[in-house]
Amino acid sequence: MTIDRRPIVLHGVFLVLLAAAFFVLPTYHAGNLSRVMTLAIYAMGFNFLFGYTGLLSLGHALFFAAGMYGLGMSMTGWGLTPLPALVVGVICAAVMGLLIGFLALRTKGVAFMIVTLMFAQAGYLTIFYFGEFTRGDEGFVIQQAERQLFGIDLTSEMGRYFAAFILFTGTFIGLSRLVQSRFGRTLIAVRENEERTQMLGYDTQRHKLSAMVVSAAVSGLAGATYALLFGYVGATFATTQYSILPLLWVLLGGAGTMIGPFIGALFMFYLIDFASGITEAYMLIAGVVLVLLTLYAPQGFAGELRKRMIPWLP
Amino acid sequence: MVAVDILETRGLTKTYGGMDANRDVDFVLERGKITALIGPNGAGKSTFVGMVSGRIPATSGQVFFEGRDISSLAAHKRVALGIAYTFQITSVFPGLSLHENVALAARRASPATEVEAKVSAVLQRVGLADRAEQLAGDLSYGHQRVLEIAMGLAQDPKVFILDEPTQGLAETEVQDFINLLKDLAGETTILLIEHNMSVVMEAADIITVLNFGEVLASGSPEAIRADTHVQAAYLGTSDA
Repeated sequence: MTIDRRPIVLHGVFLVLLAAAFFVLPTYHAGNLSRVMTLAIYAMGFNFLFGYTGLLSLGHALFFAAGMYGLGMSMTGWGLTPLPALVVGVICAAVMGLLIGFLALRTKGVAFMIVTLMFAQAGYLTIFYFGEFTRGDEGFVIQQAERQLFGIDLTSEMGRYFAAFILFTGTFIGLSRLVQSRFGRTLIAVRENEERTQMLGYDTQRHKLSAMVVSAAVSGLAGATYALLFGYVGATFATTQYSILPLLWVLLGGAGTMIGPFIGALFMFYLIDFASGITEAYMLIAGVVLVLLTLYAPQGFAGELRKRMIPWLP
Repeated sequence: MVAVDILETRGLTKTYGGMDANRDVDFVLERGKITALIGPNGAGKSTFVGMVSGRIPATSGQVFFEGRDISSLAAHKRVALGIAYTFQITSVFPGLSLHENVALAARRASPATEVEAKVSAVLQRVGLADRAEQLAGDLSYGHQRVLEIAMGLAQDPKVFILDEPTQGLAETEVQDFINLLKDLAGETTILLIEHNMSVVMEAADIITVLNFGEVLASGSPEAIRADTHVQAAYLGTSDA
């Protein structure tokens, strides 16, 4: 089988356009885009477990928050610089993924959803329990002076945009390669038919646990990046809402596609932005649009594209 | 010296809520031969191969593979040792291409550089080469059965368990299947569960008959055909 170059070209063009967007777009939208890219990292982490492995977790806010607090507390508490703090954040989330995966993967389907939801809720409450260190509901701010990386000011629009871009691109390329690898293809097989995969001699349980760790680590990277770029760490990011959001982004954009999570996060961000300009009850508008999309494009934007026009879409 | 028997079970028993699906099954599988497991419906054939492959945990008893006790190994580890299994109810990856279905099987057993060649060879052998890029879910039932077999072959199994492979196949497809089986003889050891007696009589070297979860008889096709106990079990006469 020859290697299909079309996905590589498509991804290359997409990333170049994304980098160029900063110089073209007005500041307001460029700022939004840095936020969307960061959230898209989170969506990609979620998609790795949901879209590629077929495991629906309702507790990913725990991993996002683990990354966020891992970075935030190691910076303010231990005085770490951003780069090692980012690593601490990712490790925190990966360890959480390992622990919760070890326990929750004994269940399947709806039970798995409930168990992950409960763990995330426990995590949320833990933040309050240790309010002395986490500052509970109020959260804490990471000072501008600390948010410097290799002499680049991450609080400037440009510094923030390109820090988000580089991390987004790294995650995007890394995960693209991973889903093409033997490991990734086995995960897709688990999604399609777990029993058959097992009877082909694969340890599906171990594969699912590894997928959980990767997914948690990427979600943690997103949380840590968010705290670093926007300077705030708080318990709202550990709420159930932040477990549901990545699911919505991925469903909208297209589960099991590489580009879907970004499209979903971008669409949802601007949908809420637009709707809140019209009414206080902006979630009402968002809700109606989501229902319509689920009815008419059940596979999400990228999923429908793949089905109707470009079957080779990765 | 290589042992004659590649697989052996001792006292293998499965109890479902007080009912024995299998009771004390002592069974040997001869290396390189085609052994057919037959018996009336509900005789415990699928339960038995389920316990051999590890899909169904045994209540008691042991399974030996190449002299090693594998009773406590998980199913995927037994498969990795070389016991391939095809499902009675077709179980492929419907959303993936034929090529990927077979590649998944080949990838686990072969080094990365040989996977492509292996997949092409296997698809060629079972006659599905021209459909490699089709989705498995779009195949006809008969072709899906053949794909199941291809996925088994791609693993180069030492023991190949086929659970009712010809069920639902057309006459011509059955004949193709018998030819494939004969072609495989000597290459691998086959344990075949089969209802179609013409397949059994034509392809099997050894036949084991299960009835009410126990081994009723075992021997060559001619011996089994002449066995009065077997006739009684199948025909329901009371003089057995």
